[in-house]
Amino acid sequence: MSADIAVLGAGMHPWGKWGRSFVEYGRAAAKTALADAGLEWTDVRSVVGADTVRSGYPGYVAGATFAQALGWQGARVTSVYAACASGAQAIGAARAQILAGLAEVVLVVGADAAPKGFFAPAGGERPDDPDWLRFRVLGATNPAYFALYARRRMALYGDALEDFAEVKVKNAAAGALNPYARYRKTVTAQEVASSAVVADPLRLLDICATSDGGAALVLTSMEFARSHGVADPVRIRAVSTVTPTYPRTLLDLPDIATDAVTASAPAGGPFRASIARAAYEEAGLGPEDLSLAEVYDLSTALELQWYEDIGLCGEGEGAKLVREGATALGGRIPVNTSGGLASFGEAVPAQAIAQVCELTWQLRGRAGERQVPGARAGITANQGLFGHGSAVVAVR
Amino acid sequence: MERNRTPVVSGWFTGTEEDGDFRLLGTRCSACAAVFFPREDAYCRNPHCPGGGELAQTPLSPRGRVWSYTDGRYRPPAPYVSDPDAPWEPYTLIAVELEAEGMVVLGQGAPGVTVADLAVGMEVEVIGGVLNEDAGTVWTTWRFRPVEPAGVTA
Ligand SMILES: [Zn+2]
Repeated sequence: MSADIAVLGAGMHPWGKWGRSFVEYGRAAAKTALADAGLEWTDVRSVVGADTVRSGYPGYVAGATFAQALGWQGARVTSVYAACASGAQAIGAARAQILAGLAEVVLVVGADAAPKGFFAPAGGERPDDPDWLRFRVLGATNPAYFALYARRRMALYGDALEDFAEVKVKNAAAGALNPYARYRKTVTAQEVASSAVVADPLRLLDICATSDGGAALVLTSMEFARSHGVADPVRIRAVSTVTPTYPRTLLDLPDIATDAVTASAPAGGPFRASIARAAYEEAGLGPEDLSLAEVYDLSTALELQWYEDIGLCGEGEGAKLVREGATALGGRIPVNTSGGLASFGEAVPAQAIAQVCELTWQLRGRAGERQVPGARAGITANQGLFGHGSAVVAVR
Repeated sequence: MERNRTPVVSGWFTGTEEDGDFRLLGTRCSACAAVFFPREDAYCRNPHCPGGGELAQTPLSPRGRVWSYTDGRYRPPAPYVSDPDAPWEPYTLIAVELEAEGMVVLGQGAPGVTVADLAVGMEVEVIGGVLNEDAGTVWTTWRFRPVEPAGVTA
């Protein structure tokens, strides 16, 4: 039995700081994806929006907001939110509708208009919200958590600041070749080293920025793709949206503490690894089958962690992989061929969709100077606040 | 004028910085022994809990080992309270794996403790401290500091 769905169209609005509404970015991305698919908006029978919670009510109901901006045409609507994993949830919802026979053609859209500086929690006095508490009680920003992970890698595995910098250098080199990236300049290790320390040991250029941007996909049943004249489309073979298992012992944003191990011992490995494992199991393939991967490099050090979590190498071997050049363009298993968050900056609800756009272009052989020769399979991996797993496997 | 000393979150710790018996407070499920911090008073979150237990307040281990650490070189956004007119003084953040519970708890370092004083695996203890003060209130919190005097174990 095939549980594949087809990616008929992929589109993005360039990342940047454009100062306009997220709706414009999402609409532009949707139009581009529809044109890429050779379809009209009126052909779409279901629209799934990844929510933009920083943009008020229109953002909370992003599916309807995008549908209205494209012109009401009666399509089924879904709006989903899972922080950084919102895009994968949107793809997962679309896929379920297609596989259930509820819709043949589904448009998935995510877009963000990001504020300047640190992400801050919603306002007011809200001591029941762990996200509010970590700022009030600890001043623990997102980069603070990234820095905790980075320092621990240095202590456990001997990672060096130079290894972290190498990730930035690699991703900036790829991003320089991507017209949708916000930062399109190559970066040297020296430039990373001389950027200001934000949260020891991470420097400004180790940490991703926040951006405006929009991404969209046109997803269809395999039958529809064939009837539309696309015999061999890029296929989504797995969408992993798993949660952690108790007790969760790895400190995660926005938590102030992990679970205790007094009732039961941790089992099944860390959460991030379980996200990829579920995707591989569903897709019936493994890391050895990958041509490329797009992972969530919120920080340079976190990219090394993902290498291990998606099985590209053993625990503690991530730095060795980047040092060898294995994950650079032209390497054995290129990671973040798009340039990653390092080159894009995070546009939260759009980012997991953008990852799949990159896989789509790579698997079609249309990624230009970034092309991984003969790409046949790729994975995206990402994690949303409060325990939302996100991984997509696409094949050709 | 005497100002109120008020915990920044009520029920999360007991004792003061002076009396030397400062402890973080969690809750413990009597049915499965799961411990929760921040305290969970409504329900047990262990999916394998047999149920029927009660959540009772329990003091957490006063000591643990450094899981990781960092600092904040830039002023965090509200609701963190800081004087916008004063120069920013970085604070240290320490993630500590508590001895008995095996849980990792985040806290600020005690005044004067910098990242240069810390190492992963180092033993630290919890003490009381002041987060910020305003016109009517001294807001108290928890802090971590090395058990050995700073610098000695390095
Ligand atoms: Zn229990």
